[in-house]
Amino acid sequence: MGRTLAEKVWDDHVVRRAEGEPDLLYIDLHLLHEVTSPQAFDGLRQNGRRVRRLDLTIATEDHNTPTLDIDKPIADPVSRAQLETLRKNCAEFGVRLHPLGDVEQGVVHVVGPQLGLTQPGTTVVCGDSHTSTHGAFGALAFGIGTSQVEHVLATQTLPMARPKTMAITVDGELPEGVTAKDLILAIIAKIGTGGGQGYILEYRGSAIEKLSMEARMTICNMSIEAGARAGMIAPDETTFAYLKGRPHAPEGADWDAAVAYWKTLRTDEDAVFDAEVVIDAAELSPFVTWGTNPGQGAPLSAHVPDPASYEDASERLAAEKALEYMGLEAGQPLRSITVDTVFVGSCTNGRIEDLRAAADLLRGRKVADGVRMLVVPGSARVGLQAVSEGLDVVFKEAGAEWRHAGCSMCLGMNPDQLAPGERSASTSNRNFEGRQGKGGRTHLVSPQVAAATAVLGHLASPADLTDVPAGV
Amino acid sequence: MEAFTTHTGRAVPLRRSNVDTDQIIPAHWLKKVTRDGFEDGLFEAWRKDPEFILNRPERQGATVLVAGPDFGTGSSREHAVWALQNYGFKAVISSRFADIFRGNSLKNGLLTVVLDQKIVDALWELVEADPTAEVTVDLEAREVRAAGITAPFELDENSRWRLLNGLDDISLTLRNEDEIAAYEAGRPAYKPRTLQV
Repeated sequence: MGRTLAEKVWDDHVVRRAEGEPDLLYIDLHLLHEVTSPQAFDGLRQNGRRVRRLDLTIATEDHNTPTLDIDKPIADPVSRAQLETLRKNCAEFGVRLHPLGDVEQGVVHVVGPQLGLTQPGTTVVCGDSHTSTHGAFGALAFGIGTSQVEHVLATQTLPMARPKTMAITVDGELPEGVTAKDLILAIIAKIGTGGGQGYILEYRGSAIEKLSMEARMTICNMSIEAGARAGMIAPDETTFAYLKGRPHAPEGADWDAAVAYWKTLRTDEDAVFDAEVVIDAAELSPFVTWGTNPGQGAPLSAHVPDPASYEDASERLAAEKALEYMGLEAGQPLRSITVDTVFVGSCTNGRIEDLRAAADLLRGRKVADGVRMLVVPGSARVGLQAVSEGLDVVFKEAGAEWRHAGCSMCLGMNPDQLAPGERSASTSNRNFEGRQGKGGRTHLVSPQVAAATAVLGHLASPADLTDVPAGV
Repeated sequence: MEAFTTHTGRAVPLRRSNVDTDQIIPAHWLKKVTRDGFEDGLFEAWRKDPEFILNRPERQGATVLVAGPDFGTGSSREHAVWALQNYGFKAVISSRFADIFRGNSLKNGLLTVVLDQKIVDALWELVEADPTAEVTVDLEAREVRAAGITAPFELDENSRWRLLNGLDDISLTLRNEDEIAAYEAGRPAYKPRTLQV
C-alpha cells in the first residue's frame, strides 16, 4: 500500500523501531530560543552531557526582545536575564546564536526558512508549538517541551509514537481578498481546536498548490490551533524556487540529489489517510475570530453567535464565557466591533508578503483616529527587505508604528501589550484570554483585514475601503 | 523524574473546556530560568477572583485536578506542567488533552488520565457535593476510584513503565547509541547544517 507524505518522512527518520516502544526518530534541525531552553541546558550541565550535534542546532532571540530601542539595555531585568542566560548557554556549549541586533535575528520560525535550513523531508523541532510552520516545505516539524529540548540536545533524537494522518483537501480558487489566514481560520472553525489531535495534517488540493511559500507557512503555522502537532504540504516547484540560492540550501551536485529526493515526497495515489476533510475554496470569505480560542471564528459578514444556539453543553458554556470576556453581545454584526490596536506581525503573518499586503492597503490612507497600529517584521531580514521596498515609509505615513523584529504583541512577553479591556485586530495565532496582555481582547485576522480595520477603526475587509487613497 | 505508582487525594473540579496553557501559566512567568517557583502563576488571572474554585477554602491541599475537555491546548510551554506540580497537583483528569501538554506531563511524572466525559461528569458531581471526597489514581491497576466510581483508563505500556519506575528518557535513549551513530553515518550529504564542519 502507498504511503502518505508524513509517513514517508517519518519512515526516513526512524533510528530504532522495537515492539512496545515508541519509534526513535532522528532530528535534522533543532531550533532554540530563550524561553524554553534554559532548563534544558541546566539538565545537560547537571548530567555532564554535551550537545550531540552542534551542526544541526541554531538559536535566536525572539520572545522577550523589545521592538524599540534595541541598541539600549533591555529595561525588564527578568527578560534581560533570560536573554543573557541563552547567550551564556550558547557560548558554553558552542551553539550558533543570532542575538538581538544580529542581521539574522528574528522569530525562530521566520529565521529557519529564510536561511534555507528548513528543507523538504527534514525533521524539525523547537520548544515552541508553532514549529508546525516549517511543514510548509514538506518537513515534519513539531513543537516540543523543554524535557524534549534537552533530549534532542543530548541525543539528536526523540522517542515518538507515530500520529495518524489527516488530509485537508482544499480545491478551487480562493476568491479575491481571501487569504491563507482566512482559509486556516475557517479550517480550525470547522474541525475545532481538538479536531487535529493525534494527527499530522496534510494540506493538499489545487487551492493549496497555488499558494506561495509565505502563504503555506501561514497555514501550517496554525495547525497546532486545530490540535495537530504538525501540518505538512508536499514540496513542489514553488518550494524548490524558494530554497534555491538560500545560504544553507544545497549546491551543485548536492542540490540535484536533494531535488531528486524532494520530488519523491508526495502522498502516493493509493495511500490512505486516517481521516479527510474537504473544503471548497470558492465558498470562503474573510474570516475573523470573535471568541477566546482560535476555533471560535466566523466570516466577517456574520454576527456574533448566540451561545444558546450551541447544542453541546461545554461549547455553549465556552461561548458564554468567551462573550463575557470579549465584551460582545450575541447577534452583534462582526463589522460593528471597534478596535483600539492593530498588530501586524508574528510567525503567522510577519513575512514580507504579509507586510506588502498590509502596506498596499495603507498606501495613501491613514490609520483611524484613536487606533494604534504596530507593524513588527518577523525577522531583521524581513525588516530590511521591507525598508528596501519603502514599506516602512508607507506604514509611518499612514500613522502606524514601524518596529524591530520579534514575537512582540503576539504574546506580550516584551513591552508590546494590550492594556486591560483593550481590543485588537491581530495577525497572530492565538486569541486566548490575556494572551496579548492581561485583560486584552484579541480578534485574529489576516494582514489585509488588519490594514482595512486600522483605516476604518472597526473590523473590516479590503472591500470595505471604498475611498480613493490619496495620491492614487 | 519522580516515580508515580498510585495517588489518593482530594480533587478540584474545573468546569471549563479548552483550558489553554496561557491560562495555566501566563507568558510573563516564562521568563524564569528554573523549573520551580511557578505555583503563584498557576491560573493567575482566574485566581484574582476570590470565588474561583482554586481559592475556595475547601479545595486547599487538593492534589487531583478534574478538568473539562481539551485541557492544555496552545503553547508547548512545559512551565504549565511545572506550575501544576509546583502548586501540588499530582494528577489531572480530562476527557481530552492537547498532545504536547500530555507528552510534557508524562515526562515530568504528572499523571494525565483520559476518562470518558460521563465519568468526568460523575467525578465533578461527587467532589462538588462532597469536597472531602477522595479520588485515587492508580497507575499500577490503571484505574481511577472514588466513592461509587471505578473507571479503568488506558496508557501505553511504555509510558506506564517509565512512570512507574521514574525512568529518565535520555538515559534510555543513550543505551541505543550504536543505532544513533549508525543512522548518522548514513545521512545524505545534502541535509542542512547550521555550522561549517
